[in-house]
Amino acid sequence: MIDTTINFALLLFLAATAFSILRRTTLFSVVMLSGVFSFVSATLLVHLDAVDVAFTEAAVGAGISTVLMLSTLALTARHEAPSSRSRALPLIVVFLTGLALIYGTLDMPRFGDPSAPVHTHVAPRYITATATEIGIPNIVTAVLASYRGFDTLGETTVIFTAGIGVLLLLAGTIREPTGLRITAMDHHLVLRVVTKVLIGPILLFALYVQFHGDYGPGGGFQAGVIFAAAFIIYALVFGLEAARRAVPGRAVRWILAAGVLLYGGVGVVSFFFGKNYLDYSALGATATAGQHLGILLVEFGVGMTVSAVMVSTYYAFAGQNRPIGDEEW
Amino acid sequence: MIQVFLDATSWALLATGSFLVIVGSLGLVRMPDFYTRLHPAGLTDTLGIDLILMGLMLQSGFSLVTVKLLLIGAFLFFTSPTSTHAIANAAFVAGLKPRHAVVPERPRRPASPKEAGG
Repeated sequence: MIDTTINFALLLFLAATAFSILRRTTLFSVVMLSGVFSFVSATLLVHLDAVDVAFTEAAVGAGISTVLMLSTLALTARHEAPSSRSRALPLIVVFLTGLALIYGTLDMPRFGDPSAPVHTHVAPRYITATATEIGIPNIVTAVLASYRGFDTLGETTVIFTAGIGVLLLLAGTIREPTGLRITAMDHHLVLRVVTKVLIGPILLFALYVQFHGDYGPGGGFQAGVIFAAAFIIYALVFGLEAARRAVPGRAVRWILAAGVLLYGGVGVVSFFFGKNYLDYSALGATATAGQHLGILLVEFGVGMTVSAVMVSTYYAFAGQNRPIGDEEW
Repeated sequence: MIQVFLDATSWALLATGSFLVIVGSLGLVRMPDFYTRLHPAGLTDTLGIDLILMGLMLQSGFSLVTVKLLLIGAFLFFTSPTSTHAIANAAFVAGLKPRHAVVPERPRRPASPKEAGG
């Protein structure tokens, strides 16, 4: 009873946020509301016991993408251009699509139905065999990095390709730093002090999430984003130049490629032991030890690529802007 | 006996924390302008959430969960006032004037388009 009520309340929040986003023309508040939408989705996912997904949603959807959207706003306009076209046709299209989607849900199994195909097909095998075949407590990580290693390799490659695409689009127009204003937030003493205190724990937490992914919620994707968040906070508060001195863009691009290379390389190594691609069981003395090592390496590759993509995307966006001095506000 | 005491303290903390969060949310909606809105949002949330976390800590006993809650509490204790400060500072530097900070005799001005929340 309480579960259903909480679900309904959260879904209502989601719908209200979505309508509110539709009604706004100030893009700044649209970006903020998208962050709210992501946080509510993350809460909903926690409530559905999908903590790994919720973690990713909170870190990526509410954290990094809000920062990137704000960087984009800083480059473009803060208000939506009024549209002169008729609104009737889009409304009809959306209405029909919505009807089709609702019609589609009629065929779906009921929520939580134990005889639903998703619970009867491969899931029981993953649940029963993870303990003996992979030997790690977090089944999500076992599925993500081992059983479905190919999918995750594909996802990592997608992120890699997207990062390269953003860099290609924006790299040509990066302006040379003027050297006039190196730091952006000189007057924010409180912010600078608190940021300095927090960056260490954030990096530590990212490492915990990275290497604890076998045992609890977390893994390469979440850790990569948290790692990147620490550097992006540093760049936001102390200026892009200071961040570039700490982590040069060149190094980030190397890490960007090295992550995918590590992931793919682990698969190639299993070839040499006479196993299938991405079958880690040959990497260690026993099959489970090999799985452990393989998952650890693969997740580390994911984390490297994800954090490098986030940091280099932020560098590319922020590099378009001249840092704002205090007197220019 | 000690369990009853712990439960009572924990529930008192949880109830006070929830009350503060609700009051803060009401204040956020009801207050007239940007700076006064920041006041309930920043102050009550920091105390309210930390009280709720303390109440949860008493429920979780001596375990890893307690340590995690403690860390979350410490994190929020620093970040929440900092973000409030940063938002207020940004608004002040950007030139947003408090709505009712004028001399009381003057008639109230209509809301300017710069008003926050739009």
